[in-house]
Amino acid sequence: MARDLLDLVWLVPLLPLLGAAMLMLAGRRIGEPKAGWLATGMMGLAFLVSVVMFFALHDLPEHERAHISNVFEWLSSGGLHVEMGFLADPLSVTFILFVTGVGTLIHLFAIGYMHGDERFSRFFAYMNLFCASMLILVLGSSFLVTFLGWEGVGLCSYLLISFWFERQGAALAGKKAFITTRVGDVGFMIAMFLIFLKVGSLDYSALGAAEGLASGTTTVIALLLLLGAVGKSAQFPLHFWLPDAMEGPTPVSALIHAATMVTAGVFLVARAHPYFEVSGDAMTVVAWVGAGTALLAATVALVQPDIKRVLAYSTISQIGFMFLALGVGAYAAAIFHVVTHAFFKATLFLGAGSVIHGNRDNQDMRVMGGYRKYLPLTAGAMTIAWLAIAGVPPFSGFWSKDEILTKAFLNDEYGVWLFGLVTAALTGFYMTRLILLVFGGTITTASLAASGDTPDADAHSAASQEPSANDHAPWDPTEPTVAFGTPPRAATVDQLHPPHEAPPTMALPVLALAGLAIVGGFINIPLKGLEFLTEWLHPSFADVHEVHPESFWEGFALAGVSVVVGIVGIALAVALYRKGLAAADRDPVIERLGPMGRVFGHAYYFDAGVSRVVGGPLHRAARWLSDTADARGIDGAVNGVGTLVQRAAGGLRKTQSGLVRNYALWIVIGTAALLLFLLLYAGR
Amino acid sequence: MIGGGIDTGTRIVGPDVDFLAIGPVLALAVAALVVILVRAILRKRGPVNQISLGVGLAGVAAAGVLLGIQWNEVRDDGTITTIAGAVRLDTFGVFLGVVVLAATAMSLFLAASYLEREELEAPEYYALMLLSAAGMLTMTTANDLIVVFVALELLSIPLYVLAAFDRRRLSSQESGIKYFVLGAFSSAVFLYGIALTYGATGTTSLTGIADFLSANTLFEQGTLLAGLALLLVGLGFKVAAVPFHMWTPDVYQGAPTPVTAFMSSATKAAGFAALLRLLGVAFPLYRTDWRPAILGLAVLSLAVGSIAAVIQTDVKRILAYSSIAHAGYILIGLQVDTARGRQASLFYLLVYAFMTVGAFAVITVATRKGDDKHSLDDYRGLALRRPVVGGLLGFFVLAQAGVPLTGGFVVKLEIFSSAVDAGEYGLAIVGVLAAVVAAFIYLRIAVALFTSPGGEAADASEDRPVDRWTAAVLAVTTAAVLFAGILPGAWLTFAKDATFL
Repeated sequence: MARDLLDLVWLVPLLPLLGAAMLMLAGRRIGEPKAGWLATGMMGLAFLVSVVMFFALHDLPEHERAHISNVFEWLSSGGLHVEMGFLADPLSVTFILFVTGVGTLIHLFAIGYMHGDERFSRFFAYMNLFCASMLILVLGSSFLVTFLGWEGVGLCSYLLISFWFERQGAALAGKKAFITTRVGDVGFMIAMFLIFLKVGSLDYSALGAAEGLASGTTTVIALLLLLGAVGKSAQFPLHFWLPDAMEGPTPVSALIHAATMVTAGVFLVARAHPYFEVSGDAMTVVAWVGAGTALLAATVALVQPDIKRVLAYSTISQIGFMFLALGVGAYAAAIFHVVTHAFFKATLFLGAGSVIHGNRDNQDMRVMGGYRKYLPLTAGAMTIAWLAIAGVPPFSGFWSKDEILTKAFLNDEYGVWLFGLVTAALTGFYMTRLILLVFGGTITTASLAASGDTPDADAHSAASQEPSANDHAPWDPTEPTVAFGTPPRAATVDQLHPPHEAPPTMALPVLALAGLAIVGGFINIPLKGLEFLTEWLHPSFADVHEVHPESFWEGFALAGVSVVVGIVGIALAVALYRKGLAAADRDPVIERLGPMGRVFGHAYYFDAGVSRVVGGPLHRAARWLSDTADARGIDGAVNGVGTLVQRAAGGLRKTQSGLVRNYALWIVIGTAALLLFLLLYAGR
Repeated sequence: MIGGGIDTGTRIVGPDVDFLAIGPVLALAVAALVVILVRAILRKRGPVNQISLGVGLAGVAAAGVLLGIQWNEVRDDGTITTIAGAVRLDTFGVFLGVVVLAATAMSLFLAASYLEREELEAPEYYALMLLSAAGMLTMTTANDLIVVFVALELLSIPLYVLAAFDRRRLSSQESGIKYFVLGAFSSAVFLYGIALTYGATGTTSLTGIADFLSANTLFEQGTLLAGLALLLVGLGFKVAAVPFHMWTPDVYQGAPTPVTAFMSSATKAAGFAALLRLLGVAFPLYRTDWRPAILGLAVLSLAVGSIAAVIQTDVKRILAYSSIAHAGYILIGLQVDTARGRQASLFYLLVYAFMTVGAFAVITVATRKGDDKHSLDDYRGLALRRPVVGGLLGFFVLAQAGVPLTGGFVVKLEIFSSAVDAGEYGLAIVGVLAAVVAAFIYLRIAVALFTSPGGEAADASEDRPVDRWTAAVLAVTTAAVLFAGILPGAWLTFAKDATFL
């Protein structure tokens, strides 16, 4: 019974895929808002099917909880047989549950958010396709099926980030995301080639063969897989596409950050963990990539003025936490954090979407303040998510973050653990800053200061060459991102147009997600008998040795440390931002950090550095290749071949005289040649 | 080895006949006869054209059902040999029978509206096509050189008439005459090859030849090898392999377009059926002798087919040369002489049938009445004026070029990987190079379709709407080519099950 049900697991990706197909073909006819409801409905159905899959899988005895259902033979060529197969095991079912669940809520939110967009139905077609790709990615029964979804996710992220392609920033950001993740994809591909070469099968059922390989080989394969994961999950050094990806519509950001795409890398490492386990070096690299990224991204998030950028760097940092967990072998903890992060990050993004939506698309936090009055629901939801991400018990983020830090400590990875602790403190700080800047303070302090209506206006005009304008926004609304170092954008909040709460279709998903952000942590409480998620995931990681605290008090002490650290970060931020900003262009944290603040603000100049290398030496090399090597060498050769072919064809034309007797002569010549060949050469 | 035992009396006992084995052939032949009778009885009264088409399609459908039954029977219970060993029904034969029949059905569909437009005699046309298809089906299961020869004539003679069927158009007449003269010539060569082979082995049965050669060592191989060479000439002519290809451009260009579609798909499949069977069943022991010969044919076909296409300006002629090049690819699979190579060749024939019929289907509707305006200039801007028609032609030529996500890519990939598997790297490289050269001409067609014509704009009012018969063919071929490109698994399994073991 359970297995029969599990055979239907292909329904999960098929439903959103069908939705996408219907919307592509007949989207215009379906129109707004039905297109949105159709897409949301498909995701909802997929969620229901996922729930059924969960119970079906749960019905099986623990050691049998891995069911492969082959839908059809995709291709079979020589030694390569690829089944279009789906693998339902605790790991993949966990992923499909939150991808479809969170995805449904985001779709619902998007119906309101995208209201009035002229490509409304196209947007939902892409969204459905995005989720379908992600579901194929996690459900694939082999690396190749996963790769199919992997590429689909890449394609959809490109389509959705540059959905408003009329904006140059959006078009560029889409390209940047696509190209950067492609770098990682190459790693993934080479890893697959190597695995096929060495193991002869890309099926996940053959993962165990990793143990039989030479240690150098497994390390190379693991590191190449990591490269792919790093690209998709926006980890150092391929992290820089994610902040720009904010150019897409906010539901897209929420989807990328919470449910799809960035968690794909975590999934890949978790799925392919035997390769990492066998190669200890690769594990160390994973742990340090995660720890380093977590810390660096958190420092960058400290000083950003743009609400969505803070969240973007916070995602990079949180994904870093997940990699850190993977690197110390705490797979269940990593997946746990994926799930809780999906809840609170989706809340934060949709909340931020509400703030921006209700604020005439201004994303500059420096001119916000006091919004709790106008957006009480959003404020409540985001406050919950803030406490969750900052690691305050009993909100969900506390449980998963504590689990990760505890496991790092217990595995004797003290350096990694320390990085994680500092990051936790920084997380508390920058999230508190965000909440206080947006919802705290009063509306008259910073926002009006920037608009030039208060005596503080001098400070503002010194920073901005623009004459202050109140009624007409002096900034270009098609470039919404507020980069570090740019002058504050004139407040768009005035007495006539206070920010307003979003319609119910937008508020409801935010509240639901906030609810999950509160209780999401209870699926895995680190006490005997309450570690539901760890136990549920155990079959997927049965080969991994899990460490546990020696005593309740050891775990308790470690948890206490991480809570205290988080609280310290929060307290510092409260001290600095309790009253909001004194003036829109004077941010206390930047002033206190001095030159470090600028380094953080410009994200360590990494992006600029990459651009300079790509734009400078690399560009010149490419130009040389195209102008000299290609034009003279390759084009020359191709043109030469072209001329040769033309001449040869001219010669052949002469034989094609149209006269039957000549044709017959050729047959005779051919016959004679065959006869001579067979008699003289072959007959010997 | 035809002939049964002779009883003690004067009564002649015929050999046992398994009617299932020859059922599809009978279905087509009966349908052809009924069509002729209907025509004779009804004269011009009543809807004689529609009735003929209906009868023809019914015959094809019946043959199709019988092929389906045969497939299951043969796959489960093994090969059926009947009529004293003259006919051998195996999955290989059924597979190519399916290719032939699919091509026949689509060509009949294409002819339905074409004949009406060009005001040609429909019933005779259908009868001839059905008879030719019956010959092809005979060819796919023939296990005796005499049967092969009879099938060859049965499929060829109606084709000569069909090529010249548009008797008001000079180029059609010319193509019929050319095809006939050269075809007769090659048949004679083929027949002489049979005689020499019989002289060397004492049998004309394909399995008999193989048995004889494995049981005896020939003291003098000259006769047999000369016979083999002449047999290759006869079949090389039918599949349009260089240097026996000279008729192809002229005939493809001149023949009515539905006939060209039929020739390029079904005839090629039938010719390769005989070639594969001859070399694989009768002469496996002489593989070291014939493999280099086939190599030569393949390389020449690839080179000439691809290179000569480059300077052509007539679309039907371009497709004729490309069909020569395609024969070269299929010969690669034959040359490597492995199960995988044969499988790749069969797969290629199947997908190629859809690609080429699809391309010619577009051509029947893209041009106006007369069927003689096929220069690239006539096609310039077609996709701008008629996006669907022009786009589809673009799709089919790109598929023939081997663009990924189309069946054309997968079949080439299979052919090349079978060559690489067998260590024939040189042949694979020649194939890839030929594909590169040929891509030029396909792209030229595609570009012409999408560039606006200079000078006066073509008069759109003369454009014929796509009738539903052609639309059905286009839908089926497009779906098949896309399906083969994206999900080749099922097709490959089908081809893999087709063996003559």
